[in-house]
Amino acid sequence: MNLEYFFSLFLGGLTRGSIYALIALGYTMVYGIIKLINFAHGEIYMIGAFTSLIIGAALAMSGMNPILIFVLACLAAIVYSAAYGITIERLAYRPLRKAPRLSVLISAIGMSIFLQNYVLLAQTSDFLPFPLVLPNMKFLKPIEHMMTTTQFLILISTAVVMVLLTILIKFTRMGKAMRATSQDKDMAQLVGINVDRVISMTFLIGSATAALGGVLISSHIGQINFYIGFIAGIKAFVAAVLGGIGSIPGAVLGSFVLGLTESFGTGYISSDYEDAFAFIILILILIFKPAGLLGRKENEKV
Amino acid sequence: MITIKDLKKAFLNALWFIFLTFPIMVMKVNTINDTLIWRWMNMLYIGVAAFVFTLLGKIYTVRKANRSEIVKPSLIQIVNSKMENKKVRYSSLAAVVAIVILYPFLMSMYQTSIMTTALMYVVLGLGLNIVVGFGGLLHLGYAAFYAVGAYTYGLLFYHFGLNFWLCLPIGAVFSALFGIILGFPILRLRGDYLAIVTLAFGEIVRLVLENWNEFSFGPSGIANIARPMIFGQKLKLAQVTNFTYFIAVGLTILTIIVIRRMESSKMGRAWEAMREDEIACQAMGIDITKAKLTAFSMGAVWAGIMGVLFAAKTTFINPASFTTWESIVILCVVVIGGMGSIPGVIAGALIFILTPEYLRAFSQYRMLIFGIALVVMMIFRPGGIIPKIRRSYQFAADKEETQEVEA
Repeated sequence: MNLEYFFSLFLGGLTRGSIYALIALGYTMVYGIIKLINFAHGEIYMIGAFTSLIIGAALAMSGMNPILIFVLACLAAIVYSAAYGITIERLAYRPLRKAPRLSVLISAIGMSIFLQNYVLLAQTSDFLPFPLVLPNMKFLKPIEHMMTTTQFLILISTAVVMVLLTILIKFTRMGKAMRATSQDKDMAQLVGINVDRVISMTFLIGSATAALGGVLISSHIGQINFYIGFIAGIKAFVAAVLGGIGSIPGAVLGSFVLGLTESFGTGYISSDYEDAFAFIILILILIFKPAGLLGRKENEKV
Repeated sequence: MITIKDLKKAFLNALWFIFLTFPIMVMKVNTINDTLIWRWMNMLYIGVAAFVFTLLGKIYTVRKANRSEIVKPSLIQIVNSKMENKKVRYSSLAAVVAIVILYPFLMSMYQTSIMTTALMYVVLGLGLNIVVGFGGLLHLGYAAFYAVGAYTYGLLFYHFGLNFWLCLPIGAVFSALFGIILGFPILRLRGDYLAIVTLAFGEIVRLVLENWNEFSFGPSGIANIARPMIFGQKLKLAQVTNFTYFIAVGLTILTIIVIRRMESSKMGRAWEAMREDEIACQAMGIDITKAKLTAFSMGAVWAGIMGVLFAAKTTFINPASFTTWESIVILCVVVIGGMGSIPGVIAGALIFILTPEYLRAFSQYRMLIFGIALVVMMIFRPGGIIPKIRRSYQFAADKEETQEVEA
C-alpha cells in the first residue's frame, strides 16, 4: 500500500470533515434548541460564499493586499450570513413556534427555495471562479503535494472555531442559557431566560460558522454557483445525524467520519459513488445505533 | 391605526433589508472578466417594499384582532353544506365529469399534456399521503419509487419488449417490494431520523441508476420507450396524448376509490393510530411493524404505477427526473393541499402543477414566488388548502348516523 497516497487521502478526508463540521454545527445547534431541520442552512452557507466572492472581487479591483482582502471578505461573509440567519428565523420560523413540526420544516424548505432563486436571479446561474486565493505559505513547502495552504487553513480555523464554541457553550452565560433552552424551553422561560434571544443567538452562531465554511471551501475548490448549498447542506445534515443530532461533539465526530469515509471511499473503491458513501454509512449506523454515534437515546412516553 | 411608532419600525425594517440585500441585490460581479456593476435602483425597491410590507402586516394584525368575535363559515363548510342537497351534488358531479371528458377535445395537445402531468401528481400526492398523511411517517425519498416504476417499464421494454399494460402491475409490484425493502431497516427509526434515511435511500437509488451503466445506461437514460397502445394498435401523436390523458384520469379515479376505502379499513385506522402515538397504538394491540411496512408499500405502489405512466408518456427516462427535489415537490403537494385530506391533495396537486404553467409570464420568478408561498401558507393556513376533516362519532339517541365534524 502506498503510504503517501494514504496520507493525502487522510488529509483530504480531514479537510472535508472540517468543512462538514463547520456547516453541521449550525444544523445541530438549531436542532438541539428548536427541534427543526433547518433546510435553509445550506443556503446560508451559499450566501456566505457569494457575499465573500462579491466583496472580495470588488476589493480586488482596488488592488489591496490579498491577505487583507481575504480577511475582509471573510468578515463580510460572516456578518451577512449571520444577518440572514436571524432574519430567516424571525420571518419564517418564529411565527411557527407553536405549530406542528412538519409545518416548520415545510417553511424551511420554502425559505431554501426562495434563497436559491433569489441569488440565481440577482446574480447569475453560471459557475463563477472564486477570486480569493491565498499565496502559498513557505513552511508547507515540504508537504505541499499532500496538503495545500487552504487545506491547512481549513484545519486550523475549524479547530479554532471548535475550541471557541466549546468555551462559549460551557462557560458563558449565553451558553448556559442555550443549554437550558434546549433542555426545556418553558422552564427556561420561567427562570428568566429570554428564549427568543437565545434562539436568535443560536441562528447567528450557526450561520456565522457556516459562512466561514463556505468561504474556505470555495477558495479550496475555486468556483461557486447558487446551487452549492443544497448538496453541502444535505451532507452536513447527514454528518449531524450520524453523530447524533443535537449533540455538538457528535456533529464534529460525525463530520470527520463522513469526510474520511468519502475520501477513502473515492480513493480506494470508486469515485462514481462519492455521494453514495455518505448515505450508505448513514443508513448502516442508524440501523445499528438509531440515535447516532453520540446521541442520547430518548425515552418516549405516551 | 398607524402610529408614528409603526412608521418608525417600518423605516427601520426598510433600512435592515437594504443592508441585508446590499451585496447580492446591488452589486453584481463577474469574476470571469472582472466586471462590477452597481444597481442602485434595487436598493430603493427593496427599501420601499420592506416599508410597505411592514405596514401591511401591522394593518393585518390589527384587523384580525378586531374581527375575531364574528366567526364566518369557511368556504369549505359552505360547499359541504351545499353538497348535502342531492340535486346540487349530482349536477356538480355531472359538470365535473363533462369537463374531464371534454377537456382534451376542447384544449390543445399541449394543454392536455400538462393536465396529464397534473393528474400524475394527484396520484403521486395521494400515494405519498398514505405514508405522510395517514401514517405520519415523514418520507423524503418518494421519488425513488417513482424511479423504480419508470425503470421497470423502461428496462422490461428495452430487453423483452413488454408492453405498457403488462408493465403497469409489474411496476406496482416492484415498487411495493422496494417499499418493504426500505421499510425493514428503518422500523426502529422515527421522526427526523426516518426523514433523513428515506432521503438517503432516494439518493442511493438515483446514484445507482446514474452510475451502473451496464444496468441502467447511466445518465444518458433509456430513450424510445413505447407509448401506451390500444389493442396492439399504434396511435398518432395527437391521439396518443388524449389516450394517455384518459389513462391518467382512469388511474386517478382508481386511486381515489382505493385510497378512500383504505382509509376507513382496519389497516387505515391502524395507520392513523400509529400517527397519533406509536406506543399507545402498540399498547392497543396494533402490530406496528405490519402497519409501517404496509404504509410504505401501499404508498410505493402508486409511485410505481405513475413511474410506468411517466416513462410511457415522455418515452425517455433518465436519473435526472428522480432527484430529491422531485420528492420534495411531491411532499409540498401533500402538505399544501392538506395532509391526510384526499380532496386537499387533489386540489394541491392541481394548483401546484397548473399555476406555474399558466404563469409563464413570470416564469423567471415562479420558483421564487413558490418558495415564499410555502412559507406564507404555513404561517397563515397550516392545515393546507382543504384541511383534513376528522371523522367523529356522536352519541345521540335521536341521531343514529355518524356525523363528520371538523377536527
